[in-house]
Amino acid sequence: MEAVLEQVAPKDEAELAAFVTDSRAAGRRLRIEGGGTRLPSGAVAADTRLTTRDMAGIVTYEPGELTLIARVGTPVEEIEATLAAEGQALAFEPMDHRVLLGTNGTPTIGGMVAANVSGPRRVQAGACRDHLLGVRFVDGQGRIIKNGGRVMKNVTGLDLGKLLAGSFGTFGVLTEVALKTLPMGETQQTLAFPGVSVRQAVEIFSTALGTPFEVSGAAFHDGTAWLRVEGLAKQVGYRRTRLTALFGSRPIDLLDEAESRRLWRALRYVQHFAGTPDPVWRILVKPTDAPAVVAALLEMGGQASLDWGGGLIWYGGPADPSALRRAAHPGHAFLVRGPADAPIFPPEPRAVSDLSNALRRTFDPAGIFNPGLMGA
Amino acid sequence: MSTIVMPEPDAAILVRKDEIVAALSAALPGDAVISDPDETKAYECDALTAYRCPPLAVVLPRTTEEVAAAMRICHEMGVKVVPRGAGTSLAGGALPTADSVILATLRLRDVLEIDTANRFIRVQSGVTNLSVSAELEPEGFFYAPDPSSQLACTIAGNIAMNSGGAHCLKYGVTTNNLMGVRMVLATGEIVELGGPVLGMPGLDLLGLICGSEGQLAIVTEATLRILPRPQGARPMLIGFDSAEVAGECVARIIRSGLLPVAIEYMDDVCLRAVEDFAKAGYPDCTAVLIVEVEGSEEEIADQVARIKAIADQLNPVEFRISRNADESLAIWKGRKSAFGAMGRIGDYLCLDGTVPVSKLPYTLKRIGELSKEYGLEVANVFHAGDGNMHPLILFNANKPGDLERAEAFGAEILRVCVDVGGCLTGEHGVGIEKRDLMTSQYAPDDMAIQMEVKNTFDPGWLLNPAKVFPLDSSRPYRDAAARGAA
Repeated sequence: MEAVLEQVAPKDEAELAAFVTDSRAAGRRLRIEGGGTRLPSGAVAADTRLTTRDMAGIVTYEPGELTLIARVGTPVEEIEATLAAEGQALAFEPMDHRVLLGTNGTPTIGGMVAANVSGPRRVQAGACRDHLLGVRFVDGQGRIIKNGGRVMKNVTGLDLGKLLAGSFGTFGVLTEVALKTLPMGETQQTLAFPGVSVRQAVEIFSTALGTPFEVSGAAFHDGTAWLRVEGLAKQVGYRRTRLTALFGSRPIDLLDEAESRRLWRALRYVQHFAGTPDPVWRILVKPTDAPAVVAALLEMGGQASLDWGGGLIWYGGPADPSALRRAAHPGHAFLVRGPADAPIFPPEPRAVSDLSNALRRTFDPAGIFNPGLMGA
Repeated sequence: MSTIVMPEPDAAILVRKDEIVAALSAALPGDAVISDPDETKAYECDALTAYRCPPLAVVLPRTTEEVAAAMRICHEMGVKVVPRGAGTSLAGGALPTADSVILATLRLRDVLEIDTANRFIRVQSGVTNLSVSAELEPEGFFYAPDPSSQLACTIAGNIAMNSGGAHCLKYGVTTNNLMGVRMVLATGEIVELGGPVLGMPGLDLLGLICGSEGQLAIVTEATLRILPRPQGARPMLIGFDSAEVAGECVARIIRSGLLPVAIEYMDDVCLRAVEDFAKAGYPDCTAVLIVEVEGSEEEIADQVARIKAIADQLNPVEFRISRNADESLAIWKGRKSAFGAMGRIGDYLCLDGTVPVSKLPYTLKRIGELSKEYGLEVANVFHAGDGNMHPLILFNANKPGDLERAEAFGAEILRVCVDVGGCLTGEHGVGIEKRDLMTSQYAPDDMAIQMEVKNTFDPGWLLNPAKVFPLDSSRPYRDAAARGAA
């Protein structure tokens, strides 16, 4: 069914606005995509695929202001390369979903914002939404709207960028995003703790993240826990020494810069679940709840890894969706790869879903943006 | 009189004052409702003192449930509600109207939970900003946003205004450090968003609430992200004879890959006032930067050396590194007393526009030109690393027309900020002060969708009336709400 959908790729904001206005009048339901690498194909009940990939290009990049503005179709890879040339990066380390999902296409900066995609450094640096300074988008009435701006401190009016980030296209079609960039650490190293349990791993994470040594990655898989330190060369050496002393009684292996970069790239892309047959879930929990949640999940089969100091569980396995969500409670479980019939998003309390649905009708009165996704 | 217009109070509400106070008193503990005009006078203004209006009544709840009860009554009786933290808003965000009830969070003072293993603190929203970090000090943690009013201002107000502070270059502002809230809607319904988890189950309503200036809901509890205290911090002072060169120094530091926790800027007008007032020993020059770095001794020394190398290329008139705690205090003393020092000279308006860092020199030049045109002196003291400016316009409140002239001058500066790609307010909020300038930053559709969001949360337009949205822009919604209530 997906294969026969007509695809529309507006060249600019005005063309997009006209198409949305027409779609509203015609009752045409739209599947909103950037590169189409992140959403399962059956997640949306649509008549037409609307891709933003032709609205591309970096508008401005000011390294001295830590600010980048790009049209949404710009490939994430292009942006990362541009920033890297100035020694900067998107601090939240966005994941490339192609590895885990086996999708084709080119991940775009718009898709990244729409899905609020954040990787391992989220535990220290915040999420994608924390680095979003401003947006331009077309709402469900075809209006072109701007919110926020290009400066780091801005409290002028309501912050609609936060609503758009993570709304998966249901509130509007993003056309341009302004992001805060940050200097990349000069170098990095990783401490590996082999032979630890999930409980021990979370204890290591809580201890390490409670120190001033600015741990920028805290993950666990297959019996090994990892802590990453980044920064200027002197800082990294100092922080590594202090952390090693702090966990003096435990065996610790040291990964050098190249090994460290390889490891965190693999963790960022959840490579360990690539090509496995089972559904994959992303589960947000209070870090100290992680051991109990993981134990309950593993009783249902499968494997689990941790990121964000235990605050993020990646689970690949056959667990029944309802049983899994019960085990995750009060955490939130998102289906990232798996059976088309299971809901992707976790349920919300009625008062919250009422508000969310009312807001969605405000932005998209005719319900033409990604129908079926995010509860409505 | 001043130039910002507030709507005429609703006569139908004013005549029902006794009935409204009786209903609130019946639902809340005896001392939680204030209606005596002598006592409500204490709530007639916030830190934007040029604007005053005693409210109909004041409610001081101790629990979320009491807030909900008060909100339900106001909702049913069609009474407007003005939320108030400590009343330190510089933008008139807590200014009452004669027909509104002030709902103050001052008695919501409990610390509910400290969890260092999961790195959060949960508090009632009336606790002060500084007391949150004080609670955390024995645990070796702190709460990062540090607005300069932090001794008095509450977490409720910080969330309403998305407050920043001097250290947000590294740590972000309130919205980056807020994990969850318990809040009360206009109807009195209690809603919880987020919690000690790094993400929302669906839409990021939390991000929408933060900075919404009391337009959408009243926050009664907050879960805040906490951070381990750094091992040490060291400020340095760099003096320049040119604003442009000082601005260039800021850009070069940032481009070098360093991320200082703070880069503050003071101009010559401010430096002279501060020197007279605080005797901080600042150099007599055109611009001073205070740059602070954090870490261990070794890490600090490394960062200081890198910053010195950058500054030296620009021929500073002075580069002073703090050698001990006393010298650190001395370097910060002048900056922290800047507003007080200016206040001693006369009345002032404190602006809050943000500009892209590369536009700082141009903006400073324009402010200087406008200062001559308006015949009013202006001092500049601000967070340079993120471009958040605080021009202080000096005027004489006793001189007829001076406040109006200062306001017009301020409006013009803010328009310059918007024109160079910045915004009207970086951390103080819109309130009433920048309300009528919103249309210079936002086109009609940009405004419309914000008001539609407001309308979705508060269809009666009862929450924090006449703030944020220009009255002309919001009139259709307010008229519809009034027709709905009638």
